[in-house]
Amino acid sequence: MKQFILIFSILLLGASTLFAQKQLTRTGKIVFLSETPVENIEAVHNQVTSIFNTENGDLVFSLLMKGFQFEKELMQEHFNEKYVESDKFPKSTFKGSISNIADVDLSKDGTYPVKVEGSLIIHGVTQPVSVDGTLTIKGENITAEATFPVVLADYKVEIPSVVRDNIAQEVSIHVLMNYEPFKKSGK
Amino acid sequence: MKQLRLLLLFLSFATLLSPATLFAQVEEEKEQEEEEDLMAMLEDLEEEPVNYAFATFKGVRLINSHSIEMPGEGVLQMMISHRFGRVNGGPYEFFGLDQANMRLGFEYGIKPWLCVGIGRSNVFKTYDSFLKVRLFRQKSGAESFPFTIVAYSNMAANTLRAADPEAENRLVHRFAYTHQLMIARKFGERLSLQLMPTMVHRNLVGTPVEQNDVFAIGAGGRVKVSKSVTINFEYFYLLPGHTADNFENSLSVGVDIETGGHVFQLMFTNSMGMSENLFIPQTTGDWLAGDIHLGFNLGRVFTVKRK
Repeated sequence: MKQFILIFSILLLGASTLFAQKQLTRTGKIVFLSETPVENIEAVHNQVTSIFNTENGDLVFSLLMKGFQFEKELMQEHFNEKYVESDKFPKSTFKGSISNIADVDLSKDGTYPVKVEGSLIIHGVTQPVSVDGTLTIKGENITAEATFPVVLADYKVEIPSVVRDNIAQEVSIHVLMNYEPFKKSGK
Repeated sequence: MKQLRLLLLFLSFATLLSPATLFAQVEEEKEQEEEEDLMAMLEDLEEEPVNYAFATFKGVRLINSHSIEMPGEGVLQMMISHRFGRVNGGPYEFFGLDQANMRLGFEYGIKPWLCVGIGRSNVFKTYDSFLKVRLFRQKSGAESFPFTIVAYSNMAANTLRAADPEAENRLVHRFAYTHQLMIARKFGERLSLQLMPTMVHRNLVGTPVEQNDVFAIGAGGRVKVSKSVTINFEYFYLLPGHTADNFENSLSVGVDIETGGHVFQLMFTNSMGMSENLFIPQTTGDWLAGDIHLGFNLGRVFTVKRK
């Protein structure tokens, strides 16, 4: 009987750790920066949602294009209306996984270099991406960070010739996610 | 016997809850979870956003009239407008280009929904000032409303020297007021339409039969032909009365060309004035007779206050 209780409690423990595998954020930050000799354009998004499965390294991101905040009102309007066509393609998503998740010790604090591979959808166009980033473990908190370039032409984002000097062909994307354990019921 | 039964019961329990079966179950659960689509989970978490219609028109003017668009908060817009003479002036008048009427104006977005502006035009040496307030926004999604509605009021002052200095010339005689409601809807990406019930009040009119209060209904819209170019039209129908009998309805067609921070509007219109009190009740040009003015509005934005 004692044995039975022991086994049962071990199993319960195991089950509870199983449930804590998913990490969530709704306030992830993505910044994009276009740098040209004429001007630098920066836009910030603070409402990126993401789920990270710590067990197998699976990772998804989703954001609404209209959520990017620009310094200048007109830039934001042109971005949504003419470049990424937010009414037609309201969302941008990423689906992939950390290929070297086995190298990350989730129980030990520290910063681990990771390699993320997956597919990124912008402007309705899907492209494979491979990104180097970091995972920082501090107690229960997991932070993911990465910077990578996006070539606008790859996603069929056309820049009219009159503003070609003002907008970079390749913009830099910076991702910063502070995850919290995902509780299904807590929503 | 009893003991044996108990033992059997225990054994069956033990088998049921044996580590082997439990682990198998866990394994199964794990597999299921792996198969679970994280993206679908994410979508479940996302709330439906409110989608506000934006970029209903390229510029803050339809053609002569205002549009429901406003400079953003903290944005100063400079506007230079020209209306040349009538094209039927022929080669002698260089098809109207010898004569230029112009207006220089500035407008500023105090709030995303509130804007003020001033302007000066050489037509009757008119100073004008206006207030524009957005009351409702067209939206869809979690909340929905079919129109964007903007209230607009303009005060204009004619500052020409009095024709007869001996006559009674009171300051109030120089003012005219326009009150307008702009009701617009963006029908998809290409088409936007705007309806403008308008009232113009003039403190002084030339003769006793002329109307101090003139009512008109304006209608206009745009068709987008490329990402940066739209074709616009605008028409003001004067409600029956003395003004409608003696003046023409204002009709304009134009094209908007947008570059980074500029909007260039080129138009043909039978109106010469560039404020509502002039182009709505005082249009004299007849399109069919060729009384058409070539004109342009050039808008340039300056971001005064960054977000």
